[in-house]
This record gives sequence, structure tokens and C-alpha cells, in this order.
Amino acid sequence: MNKKTLFESLQQQGITRRGFMKYCTALTSLMALPPSMIPMVANALETAKRPSVIWLSFQECTGCAESLLRSHSPTVEGLIFDHISLDYQHTLQVAAGDAAEHAREQAMKEHHGKYLVVVDGSIPLADPGYSTIAGISNLDMLNETIEGAAAVVAVGTCSAFGGLPQAAPNPTGAVSVSSLVKDKPVINVPGCPPIPTVITGVLAHYLTFGSIPELDNLGRPKVFYGQSIHDRCYRRPFYDKGLFAETFDDEGAKKGWCLYRLGCKGPMTYNACATLKWNQQTSWPVESGHGCLGCSEPNFWDAGSFYKALSIPDGDYAKAAGYAVAAGVAVGAAAGFANQKNKANAVSQHTKVTVDDFGENKDK
Amino acid sequence: MNDTLNITKGINALKEQIDAPTAAFFSSCVHCGLCAEACLFYTETNDPKYTPINKVEPLKRVWESEYTLFGRLKKALGLAKPVTDELLAEWEPLIYDGCTLCGRCSMVCPVGNDISTMIRKVREGMVASDHVPEGLVGASTRAVKIGSPMGIRLKALQAQIKHIERDTGLKIPIDVEGADYMALLSSMEIINFPEYIESLAKIFKQANVSWTLSSEAFEATNSGIQIGSSDIARELVQRIVDGAEKLKVKYVISPECGHAFTAIRWDGPNLIGKSYSFKVVHILELLDELQQSGRLKTQGMEDKKLTFHDPCQIVRKGGVEAQPRRLLSQVASQFVEMSDPGKMNWCCGGGGGVSANERADDVRLKAFNRKKSQLEEINVEVLVTACANCRLILEEGLEENNMDMPVVGLSELISEHLLEENAVEGERDE
Amino acid sequence: MELFSNANDFLLWVRGDAFNIALGLFIIGVLVRILEIFLLGRKKDFSEARGTQWGPGLRNIVSRSVVDNGTFKRAPFVVVVGYIWHICFFIVLFLFIPHIELINALLGIQWPGLASQLVDAATVVAMVSLVAMLWHRLTHPVLKFLSTYEDYVVWFVTFLPLLTGYMAFHRMIDPYPLALGLHILSVELLMVIFPFTKLMHAFTLFIARWYTGAMMGRKGIVS
Repeated sequence: MNKKTLFESLQQQGITRRGFMKYCTALTSLMALPPSMIPMVANALETAKRPSVIWLSFQECTGCAESLLRSHSPTVEGLIFDHISLDYQHTLQVAAGDAAEHAREQAMKEHHGKYLVVVDGSIPLADPGYSTIAGISNLDMLNETIEGAAAVVAVGTCSAFGGLPQAAPNPTGAVSVSSLVKDKPVINVPGCPPIPTVITGVLAHYLTFGSIPELDNLGRPKVFYGQSIHDRCYRRPFYDKGLFAETFDDEGAKKGWCLYRLGCKGPMTYNACATLKWNQQTSWPVESGHGCLGCSEPNFWDAGSFYKALSIPDGDYAKAAGYAVAAGVAVGAAAGFANQKNKANAVSQHTKVTVDDFGENKDK
Repeated sequence: MNDTLNITKGINALKEQIDAPTAAFFSSCVHCGLCAEACLFYTETNDPKYTPINKVEPLKRVWESEYTLFGRLKKALGLAKPVTDELLAEWEPLIYDGCTLCGRCSMVCPVGNDISTMIRKVREGMVASDHVPEGLVGASTRAVKIGSPMGIRLKALQAQIKHIERDTGLKIPIDVEGADYMALLSSMEIINFPEYIESLAKIFKQANVSWTLSSEAFEATNSGIQIGSSDIARELVQRIVDGAEKLKVKYVISPECGHAFTAIRWDGPNLIGKSYSFKVVHILELLDELQQSGRLKTQGMEDKKLTFHDPCQIVRKGGVEAQPRRLLSQVASQFVEMSDPGKMNWCCGGGGGVSANERADDVRLKAFNRKKSQLEEINVEVLVTACANCRLILEEGLEENNMDMPVVGLSELISEHLLEENAVEGERDE
Repeated sequence: MELFSNANDFLLWVRGDAFNIALGLFIIGVLVRILEIFLLGRKKDFSEARGTQWGPGLRNIVSRSVVDNGTFKRAPFVVVVGYIWHICFFIVLFLFIPHIELINALLGIQWPGLASQLVDAATVVAMVSLVAMLWHRLTHPVLKFLSTYEDYVVWFVTFLPLLTGYMAFHRMIDPYPLALGLHILSVELLMVIFPFTKLMHAFTLFIARWYTGAMMGRKGIVS
């Protein structure tokens, strides 16, 4: 195992002290820490040992790993990723078969209690046969691997919340990592895929502080998922002014107006796309003219059409309304006819009043 | 069948009264309280129990528990508020003493509820459960048994006619078969304001109207409408219909009496369940028509400042609003409107049987303060109206408040200004 | 919350099943109430009509929205606040873009909306006017006398969607799916109690106004 510190490995890559400090500044700001923390971050990173990381890929599409790998160097995320000791990742590792599994077992033994487990993909519970690695079911491999882990990072919406595999009707009985792992800290880094900077940011936080960042009630680091897309969206002023694109090619769309009516899920989606952006800060979905799909939220596949405004109910309300009209007319007519009968009955029971009937006149 | 009136019959009567409009009205009320501001019994007493929509509470309870699904469910679970004898006894004064059926509330209700019609319906239930004021029982009994709520028999009318014929030298036709018009009178006109009969005679002579009174159906006042009994009202209307059919008249003239007009003009055909073979006109409608067609000519102008009190049943519930104003413009040079004129006018306080109900005297006099302040605003010398009942109530209220002001019937005022006979001749000679 | 594993689940439920249930009860209830009214019928009127019914009935539907001068003078508070409340409420309900999207999805009709800030202002005014009306109801002798528990329940259930909508718009409840879910749920509550309460006036006032206008029109009275 490589015992070099992060600074040493950076130096090896030709990064100067000045460049390293620049990087620490960026990292500090990324983690939303005050500038006074920069020296502390630098110091922590200078002395940080390469941590062992075991990456488990279950029911997933490799998009999350792609998201991370596609980042171009030299980036913060690339540097961090290069620094970790990725001891097991069956898409990337050279070893195959028994050798690969052996690498995992060895890492688990050597770094017992200290290694990080990264999971992408959900775990099928309906039948383990839906997804196995080296004949081991995903559930068994997860349980086995996390036993000696320091923490688990659930990367991507599938592992964080179940994602696409869990979408109705969920044939594989897919579940998230957090629904299975109860005795280890789990950090959810959802997104389909997550922003690469966010993945490495979480790792950097762990490297720097040796602890997990502050999480929201869905287990997501608040520093990246604390604000909604809508709150930070550059098109927000159009929402406030009531200026909306109504089709993808109308005047509003060309003028960059708000995409709410085209189904943007920005108001309910907590992620950092609007600030960190994608592809070396080139752009992000809303900037490219498409509404947010809400991919970092639980159930996003089942939350109705991507192109329906958030205020529109997503059940089969037309059918419900149809039944209700039929029932309403039937019940209303029945009640109305009962009333008619009731009234006709009252009319037939009418006894004619004469002046002699008054108590006043009877007394006389 | 038990022949005494009781709560069961009362509730049954209320059940009979509820129709689609009633259900729509109850469904729409939002308890905004604006009807209170339209009711002189509330504005002059500041007692919220007089809020019009509160007066119909018994009917509302019956509607809810009998004619709504949710209400029936509540009734089945024993959660419905019942209509009891005690409730009706408590509500009786609100229905009879504190409401003249003036219909002002029905004009202002923002959701369009015709509250006064509903109060009229509640009276049916009050009658059937024997919760009626003594005064109205007396009036109805006299109306049915003697032929007039004030107990006036034909003989009394004949005596008044004799007087008038002697004083004026005019003939008052009685029982003339085939006359065009059959005039009705209210007993108050016969006893208190015989000038009305005299005016009719004068005007019709000048206008050459073929008319008659009926010895069998001269009374227009319908105590059945006031007490709120369709059964009694029907009997009284039937007498007029029979009288008119017997004399084969084309028109029946409703006198200057508000409820009489409502009874014979609007309620009558529905009470007997068929259209009339004759038409009904209010005397003001007829006078206006005669005047418009040039058959009625007047001379001279009343130069005193005067105003017109619109009787509720004639204007707001009868649709006769323009006619009295056109007529007045011919005979009065200084006519001024009260505040809230025409269809929004305030009731005298004595309509809807309140004047026949001695128990209501105190609250009625309080309610008169509304009219008093209306009159004080415009400072007039003469008050003209077109309803014998209003006229009596106004006179009493003015006297009570030491306001010295004559109250004149509009027909009478017109007759006083009829073009003199020889003058008419002279005009023709020209 | 045991029922829902997270706020999104809750939002999914209020936008899905709960909405369907509320919509169903609302439609059934309103139809039953309206059919109950119409099926009671009216007796044929044998008196000779002086005017027509349809025109004056329709006219009354419109004209009753204008308060007569006397009533305005006597009860300016109810009249003014009543107008303000209804106007602001209609602005909020019908001119907020997300609401227009909902109506368009349900009925297939749409119209231009207002800037969200204006709707926001109208929401505040509507809430203030509702509070003012509650205060008036609690203090004015007639309103105090007339009011039943239903009046207060209806007030509360009407106020809730405004409050939750305001809080959702300003993102005062975290996370947003919870805020939006609470807003939609409060509207669903309103829809469910609607047919059983005086809220029905929103539909039946047209019937009531028509009947009264028609009856008066028949008699030649301009109502």
C-alpha cells in the first residue's frame, strides 16, 4: 500500500506549493468553510494518508462512476480521486475473477475499521439472482464489506434512495443502502448521476476532518444539498415576475424564462447543480433549456411526468373525476327523489286549517 | 285525524313549504349578517334576534334534516337540532311581531336569498302548530266568519255608501253584472278612510269607467295571507273569484292596500290552483293607465312639499313603482323622494299582520323610528301613500312622535285635483 | 412521520391518491347538493306574469354583486372587507401560474396569469382580510349571534391553504416537498368539507340569485 501523503502525491504530479494552496482554498470554499479554515485544511491534507476505498457496484448503470471519471484534469475532483487508494472497483480494476475478490478481501482485512465503502446501485431483495458478483448476492457482499468499514458513501440516487430500479413496479425489490445499513454512518450523495465535485467533495471532507459532514434528514451533506435548485436558479427572477416558457421553442424559451410550466422540478429538488454546474462549470440542465428532473430526490422516477408542472396532481384524476360524476349523479338523483317522496308525503298528510282549529277559538 | 293543531302538523306544514328556491337559499347563506342591516326591527332595536335569516331557523332545521343527505345522516345519528314546540313558541314573536314581510332583506342579501318569502313559509308552520298571535287569530276568524277582518258587514258598507252618495250626489254601483271593473275595498278604507270610495266614484265618473262593487266580495284584505295560512287565504280569495265570476267582470281592482294586492294579484291564482278569468290591477296601475290614455285629467298642483311612502307590497313585492311617481308629478309641484325610495323603501312597521297584532305595538312603534328619521331628513309637510294600513300606521306613529303631518291616500289626492266637470266641457268646446 | 418515509413520499401521496379522494368527494358532494336543490322543484305559478323570468334571473346573478348604497352605509366593514377578500382570493386562486397549470390540467382551459409577487401581495391581503372578518365575527353583535361552529371551522379551513401556500411560496417550511404537500393537503381538506358547509354558496348563490331575480322579474320588480 502507498503510504504517501496527499501533498507528496500531488508533488509527484508536479503540483507546486502555490498550486496546492489554491486547491485548498477551492476545497475550503466548496465545503462552505470560512477562509480562516484554509490553513487547517491544507495541514490536514498535507498529512492525510491515502485512505483505502472499496467501491461496490450493484444495480446501477455505471453512470455515477462515469460522472467522476469523465472529469478532466487537473481538477479538484480528479486530484482527490487520484489520491485515494481504490482497492476494489470491478469496472476499473485490472484484476478479474478470484484476484479481484481477493483484493477486496485483503483491503478489508488490512484496513479493518478504517476503509470507506462507496456503493453505487441499489440492492435487489426480491431475488438475489437479479444481481450477483462472483456468485455473491449484492446483499451478502454489502453486509460482508461494511462490517469493517468506517463509513459508507451511497453514491447516486439508486444507492441513496433506490432510484430507477426501485421505480414502480420495482420488479427486483430494489432498496437503498440506508434502508439496509443501520450501524454504520451512511452518507447519501444522490443524483442521477451526482455532480463529480460533490462526490469528491464528500471524500475530501472525510480526508480533511476524518469525520462525515453534516447531513440533512435524507442523509445528504447539507453543504451540497442544503439549497434547492429553485433557490439558486438564475432563472428564478422570471418565476417571480410570472414569465414562463410554455413550450421548448417559444419566445419565452428563447428568452430564457422560467421552465416551471414545462415541468421543472427545481422547487422541490435539493442539489448544487445551479451553483457548481457540470462539465467543468460549463452549464447545467436548466441553463441548457430543460427543466430539472429532480434526480437527487427520492422517488423521482415515480413523481409524475418530467414535463408536468409541479402543481399538477399526478394520479389518474380524470378517472377519479369520471367515477365521482357518475356516483354524484346517482346519489344526488336518489337523494333528490327521496326528497320528492318525502315532500309528497308531507303534502298528502296536510290537514286543512280552519279558523275553528285555533286554540284561541276552541277556548271560547 | 286529530283535529287540533300541533307540532307534528307544524313540522309537516314546514316540510310542505320547502322547494328548490328555499333549498338554494339555505345552501347559500354565509352568515354575513347584512340582512340585519336591511331590517327595521333590527336597525331600530339593535337586537340581533331580529336578523331576518335568524327568523327562519325552524324552516332551516326542517330543510337540513329532511332534505339534505348530510342532514338526514345527522338526524339518524341524533345530532340534528330538532324543531320543537318550545322552539316555535320562542320564534313566534320574531315571525309575527318582528317581521312585516316587507321584503327589504330579500333585496340586499348578497347571495340573493329571498328571506321574506321564507318567513312567510315559516308562518304556515306556526299556524299548523297553533303558534299565532291572538290579534291575527281574531282578524282571520272575523274575515272567515263575518267577511271582514275588522268585522264589517255589508250593512256597514251600505251605510257608508249611502253617506257618500248623499254627500256627492254620485252613484256607487253595486252588483252591476257585466261591468268592466270590480273594485275591492279594504275594511280600513270602509271604516277609516271612506274618502277612498268617494275618490273612486269621482275618478271613474270622469274617466267614464264602467265599474261596480260586489255585495258578496267587497273585502280585499286577506287575513289568511297575514297569518300565513294558505287554507284560510284560499277561502278568502275564492270569495273574490266567485264574486268576480258572478258579475262577469273583466278586471278586479285591488284597493290601496298592500297585502290585499299581494293576496289577490300574486298569491290568489296559486292558492286556488288556476289562472283567473279576469285580470287584477292595482288602483295605482289603473289610475296611471287612465291618465296616460288621457281619460283622467287633473288640474292644479299641490304646492306643499310632500313625499311618497311606498307600501312594501305594492312596490317591492308588487312591482308598482313608476306609476305613483307619474301620478304625483301631475298633481304635486314639490314632490321629494325619501332616502332609499321606491323598491328600497323602509316599511311603516305595521305590514304583514303586525298592525293587527296588539302584542307587537311596542316594537312596532320602535320600528317606526326608521320612518321618522327618514321624514325628518327631508322635512316635508304632507305624506302621501297608497295603502290604508300604512296610512293608519303612519298616522299613529306621527301622532306618537308629535309630528304634525297629514297622511293622504294617493287616489284621494288625485280625485281632489280632478278637472272640474264644466272645465272638461269647456275644453271639449274649444 | 411513520406513514411516509420522507417528505417526497408525502407529497407524492397528496398529489396522487389523496387528491383523487378529495376530488371525488368534492364532485360527489357538490353534485348531490345541487341535484337535491333542483329536484325539489318549484310549483307552477298561475298568476299573470308582468315580466319574464330568465333575463331578470340572469341579471340578478350579476347585479347582486353590487351592494346597494344603504347597506354599504350601514355595514361598510362587511362590504369593503368582503369585496377585498373575494377579489384577492380570486386573484390568488385563478391568477397564480401554478394554479392555472392545475386548472388547465383538470379542465383543459387556461388564461394569462399574474406576476408571482402580485399574487403574493394578494395572498397577504386576503389573509389579513380573513383575520379582520374573523375579528368582526367575534365582536359584532349580529355576527356573534348568528355564528355557529361551522362558521369558524370554515374560516379555519379557508385560511389554511392561504397560509400554507404563502409559507410554501416563501419556502418557510423545510423541505419544500413538505411545504407543498401541506399546501395541497390543506386544499384537499377544503375540498372535502366544501359540499357539507356554507362553502357551497360558491355554487348555490347563482341558483339563489337566479330564483330571486326570476321571481321578482316575473312581478316586474328590478331586483
